[in-house]
Amino acid sequence: MASTDISLTHDVHHAHDDHDHDHHDQHFIFKYIFSQDHKVIAKQFLITGIIWAFIGGALSTIFRLQLGWPQATYDWLEPILGKWIEGGKLSPEFFLSLVTMHGTIMVFFVLTAGLSGTFSNFLIPLQIGARDMASGFLNMLSYWFFFLSSVIMFLSLFLETGPASAGWTIYPPLSALPQAIPGSGTGMTMWIVSMAFFIVSSLLGSVNYITTVINLRTKGMSMTKLPLTIWAFFLTAVLGVLSFPVLFSCVLLLLFDRSFGTSFYLSEIYVAGEALSNVGGSPILFQHLFWFLGHPEVYIVILPGFGIVSEIIATNARKPIFGYRAMIGSMLGISLLSFIVWAHHMFVSGMNPFLGSVFMFLTLIIAVPSAVKVFNWLATLWRGNIVFTVPMLFSIGFVSLFISGGLTGIILGNSTLDIQFHNTYFVVAHFHLVMASSAFFGLFAGVYHWYPKMFGRMMDDKLGYIHFWLTFIGVYMVFMPMHYVGIAGFPRRYYSWTSFELFSKFADLNMYISLAAVIAWLAQFIFAFNFFYSMFRGRRATQNPWRSTTLEWTTPVNPGHGNWPGAIPTVYRWPYDYSKPGAADDFIPQHIPYSETASSNLPHEKDLA
Amino acid sequence: MVGAIKQNETSSKVHPLKFALWLIIVSIIMMFAAWTSAYIVRKEEGNWLDFSLPGNLIVNTVIIVISSVFMQLAYGAAKKDELAKLKLYLIGTFVAGLGFLLGQWQAWSDLVDRKIFFGGSDSNPSGSFLYVLTGVHGFHLITGLIFVLIVLISSHQFKVHSRNMLRIELCTTYWHFLGALWVYLFAFLSMNH
Repeated sequence: MASTDISLTHDVHHAHDDHDHDHHDQHFIFKYIFSQDHKVIAKQFLITGIIWAFIGGALSTIFRLQLGWPQATYDWLEPILGKWIEGGKLSPEFFLSLVTMHGTIMVFFVLTAGLSGTFSNFLIPLQIGARDMASGFLNMLSYWFFFLSSVIMFLSLFLETGPASAGWTIYPPLSALPQAIPGSGTGMTMWIVSMAFFIVSSLLGSVNYITTVINLRTKGMSMTKLPLTIWAFFLTAVLGVLSFPVLFSCVLLLLFDRSFGTSFYLSEIYVAGEALSNVGGSPILFQHLFWFLGHPEVYIVILPGFGIVSEIIATNARKPIFGYRAMIGSMLGISLLSFIVWAHHMFVSGMNPFLGSVFMFLTLIIAVPSAVKVFNWLATLWRGNIVFTVPMLFSIGFVSLFISGGLTGIILGNSTLDIQFHNTYFVVAHFHLVMASSAFFGLFAGVYHWYPKMFGRMMDDKLGYIHFWLTFIGVYMVFMPMHYVGIAGFPRRYYSWTSFELFSKFADLNMYISLAAVIAWLAQFIFAFNFFYSMFRGRRATQNPWRSTTLEWTTPVNPGHGNWPGAIPTVYRWPYDYSKPGAADDFIPQHIPYSETASSNLPHEKDLA
Repeated sequence: MVGAIKQNETSSKVHPLKFALWLIIVSIIMMFAAWTSAYIVRKEEGNWLDFSLPGNLIVNTVIIVISSVFMQLAYGAAKKDELAKLKLYLIGTFVAGLGFLLGQWQAWSDLVDRKIFFGGSDSNPSGSFLYVLTGVHGFHLITGLIFVLIVLISSHQFKVHSRNMLRIELCTTYWHFLGALWVYLFAFLSMNH
């Protein structure tokens, strides 16, 4: 491609040279707003994600108030919620909107875009030794599509008929018929439009991540020398490319059903005694299409966490990761399995029981690679020289939450048990531990760990420890009791249970959960303060504050455009040479050749460069 | 990174944009895989209107295959620096692509004449699916036509020749993919009607 005229990346230095009088403004706009630099785009994703996380958390806090104190009056929330408070009570339709938007925001906007968008963008070029992403322009588009989708979703919160309220899974017919629930009017349309842009953003991002990992690795960086973070982001992107288009197909048909009178998902429906003309559709078809995305989606959320945690645990245990290839293998296995288990979300949908048992079997197999991962993390920690930094605590917290939530996954994966547990708080407790809280812990661990690389400063440790303990204890206080509530049969998404005498003895427990949820949410403000304060006032970071082996720590403290001022380092060894016997230091970075470490080389490494 | 691409020394020996295009193609395949499998599942459930496919779809299929042949010829001409031929073949591709789209439109009119509608109270998913499959394919074909147009314009600016093949390579891949996708859809629809 010697003379190709398609410029793949816009070279900032050139733009700099032929500047004109308004150079200063342009400089700012292209440096911080319409930037094509992967590090800036990562920060854009991160900060947008943080804002979304607080909105999503606020929504859950409001509905937890309702669930914990169903008799209370909420006049004091009227300044914020306006007409959604009717006579001091939360309106039931609003409750459903809250639940829906909490799910949508957290799953897609925070834990998909905020997590993958941030760390894939930030770490892929830095850890594989590339100047930038394969296409900086597509990368920029990816963020701005996400931004557009965020704006639309945010605006839908202020609609008079309310945002989408059919649950984040938007099952038709509820989501398809505006006469069924107010939120299925304009709110649902905006949900679909927003998600369409979101899918475009996610695809552009994923295409870029995969291309970059495959094509732009530095010399010596073979696939088996990649840090596990990169493997995790790579597989996350593969899942995204394969599953998000299916969600697009799925919601496009829903859009046609809603706005063009087709009957893909609708058949023989009576609303308020009136028969609809739609004939021949199948709502189960929607569930199949939706969960074909929906299940890989939960791995899109958790895989980056796997990678981040593996990296941080090895660094802070000062030990090589236990079973590097098994870690890659188990991630590959999980990625593959994630595509053939979707119907375990539909055990009680009237599906053929034989099909159910096939999906049950496949689902339970996921326990194997998951157990491999947990075993390897624990084995890495075992007898390590553990440094309890804040990111390390969050990583250990991740492993703890993943185990606690994973165990109930084995229970829920059984189609017979699911008859009892389906759509109860047991499910809510399960996935909030194994997927939501874990992924959040992975996100926090990543932010604390790579903050010095992002902003050149350290986050405050003491605030970090307080944040960790409040969050860790808070999360368990919320979700452990929720299992009991679920076993007792509480269905999820119910506005109130006060009319069921049976459930009245759980009122205290629900109040306890709500109290814990409020505390855990408030604790996040410590993080927000720490995050923004440290950006300007944090202790200045050294080049390699965690004494880590990967390539990003060989860049200057504040890497400029192109990441390395000189040549990109060549890679000679795997990323986990911690505490190697005979080595001068307890870590050997990836770019140190074997010829310089004669004292620690193993017999087969003697002849290597 | 720019240096790496100039020397064509990426770690996979493939240009990143080509690689990215293949990934985009994979995601389009996933979309249609979702619809065609949904089609089968839905058909099995009954309440399925049977009707014959518009007769001109076979003609359209021939037209799109011809357009692919033109595209391949254009690619070959660019490789041999035969710029006049290159432009001619690209125009051929574009015209045949346009012809295909018109033919698809004709097929839709035919369906409407036979009272097989996309939506409304008389519609059945079997008809709606046909509109969705042809419509979304048509949308992608329009993006393909825009791409062909871009290559055509740059060929007039002497930017497409044997030492500058990336653009036309990408365009050829995408165009062949769109053709193959239609052949698949046509075969799929023929088998299910």
